[in-house]
Amino acid sequence: MRIASSPADIAIRTAKTRQSLQRRPQADLPGTLFKWLLISFTGFAIAFLGVLVVVMVSDGWSVLSGRLGGFLSNGFSQRSAQDAGVWQGIVGSVQIGIATALFAIPVGIATAIYLVEYATGGWFARTVELNVRNLAGVPSIVYGLLGLTVFVKTLDGFTQGKTVIAGGLTLAAMVLPIIVITSVEALKAVPQGIREAAYGVGATKWEVLSRQILPAAVSTILTGTVLSLARALGEAAPLILVGAATGFISFGDSNFLETFTGPFTALPVLIFNFARQPGEDWSANAAAASVVILILVLIINGAALYFRNRFEKKW
Amino acid sequence: MTTISAEELQTASGRRFRSSLARWMFLLASAITILISGLIIWTIASEAWTFTSQVAADQLQTIGWFPRRGMFDIGTLILNSAQIALVSMIVAVPSGLGAAIYLSEYAHPRVRRIMKPTLELLASVPSVVLGVFAISFITPVVLSKFFDDINFFNKLAAGIGVGLLVIPLIASISEDALRAVPRDLREASAGLGARKATTAIRVVIPAALSGLMAAIIASGGGDTSLFETSIKESGGTVTSAMAALGLGTDQVAGDDLAFQSLYFLGALLFIITLVMNMLGNLIVRRMQERY
Repeated sequence: MRIASSPADIAIRTAKTRQSLQRRPQADLPGTLFKWLLISFTGFAIAFLGVLVVVMVSDGWSVLSGRLGGFLSNGFSQRSAQDAGVWQGIVGSVQIGIATALFAIPVGIATAIYLVEYATGGWFARTVELNVRNLAGVPSIVYGLLGLTVFVKTLDGFTQGKTVIAGGLTLAAMVLPIIVITSVEALKAVPQGIREAAYGVGATKWEVLSRQILPAAVSTILTGTVLSLARALGEAAPLILVGAATGFISFGDSNFLETFTGPFTALPVLIFNFARQPGEDWSANAAAASVVILILVLIINGAALYFRNRFEKKW
Repeated sequence: MTTISAEELQTASGRRFRSSLARWMFLLASAITILISGLIIWTIASEAWTFTSQVAADQLQTIGWFPRRGMFDIGTLILNSAQIALVSMIVAVPSGLGAAIYLSEYAHPRVRRIMKPTLELLASVPSVVLGVFAISFITPVVLSKFFDDINFFNKLAAGIGVGLLVIPLIASISEDALRAVPRDLREASAGLGARKATTAIRVVIPAALSGLMAAIIASGGGDTSLFETSIKESGGTVTSAMAALGLGTDQVAGDDLAFQSLYFLGALLFIITLVMNMLGNLIVRRMQERY
């Protein structure tokens, strides 16, 4: 082996090295391709959302442009597609949303607080945690069975049978695990130092919770809760099982509070019904009602975004 | 301002009482979640047991699902559900994982700030709307180009619809898993001269593999295809058969076994979910990387 130590050799070698160092970095073709593949996958999801909105608006355009007022204010009509409206669905969905929120939010947040702040890893806490994760995976229609047997039949005295309260309880059971899981994450994200500082100045556990931890975590908790309510708004299957009315409901002259204990329907149930009817007019109704529910979902998501940005805390 | 007197410190009233009261309330609330599980199991099990103990074996192997005629073709329902789940996975996994990798490894923070809420919005599109979309767009506009005589309600459209619905679910769980991978790993990989793509494929994805698997399993379990096939009961899935039964709940209630079959299907779904969850936990524990 020849040791290249002559000045000429060294000069040649350094020149080569310098050349290779000075060369522009090679274009990373596979890397760029990979990146664009990822971007196109992401774009696919976004494009789908766009196509969905466009299709729904164009399919429902005859209804949305022709008789929007009547469509929003009429009840469900079995007889003619031209008279059918979604008003009762909107009222029902809002009422069910209120009932769901009243039942699910306090219990969900309280469970999360117990898991994060009180539990010390005992069997009870572990059971609750495992149980919540399992419940989160249970298909929504199974909650419908729960609602039918327990809330409609067994708890008849409290819910008055197939009412908004029974529907709300059913959906509350459905969204409860989601609320617990997101709230647990939110509470865990609060730095330990805040708790220790509060205990250090003599606060009781309840004071630490109510004045320090909850205010710090409220933004994330609210975001998760609101998003889970959006999910409840779109559920048709459990409500159908619980007995949402599939035809016209006469509210008579009962006031808003009394309708909580009467027969009910909801927006997704109405869409389900519209789409089951044969004919162009009905599918236009289904598309138009889908646009209405998409707008509601958009409003709810906007609220979640607002909560996130408005109350967000940085540590 | 809170003032503390000597008496308050001695007795268990006031602030300390309030604190212990709060503790019991939180405990009670978490007991409610267990109560719900118990009620679900009790509800389903009792009626499903009636069904299994009274149904004849040959009633389960009929052609078609016609509960009111005593024909309970469970096998076909499960097969249909499995086919739809498969199609939905083919649609959702590449897109969901791709979006997650892009958002966690490549995207500019500003792009993330816009993309995350958009995916959340996608996640809250109601499944009925997806059903309407499948009937009015996926089948007549997209699929009819590739297949000549395609049925109005078909499993392919249902699968695609469900797939589109679970993309954001997969994306968000996977992104959390990817972002949980420590920065050090990426920096070490880059320090060895790996390209960004190599770092993502060889380092970050293997490190987050358990979380990614969990995301896929979680989304495979939920059969949300309520809509597409529910009208055509013979081609239905487990969920759609249940919805179809539920629509006529009143009539079904008196009928023998038709009502109970509803709960039997529910029990089936519940058990499948449970098994999928346990499988997911097992995989996560086996494959979890410790850093």
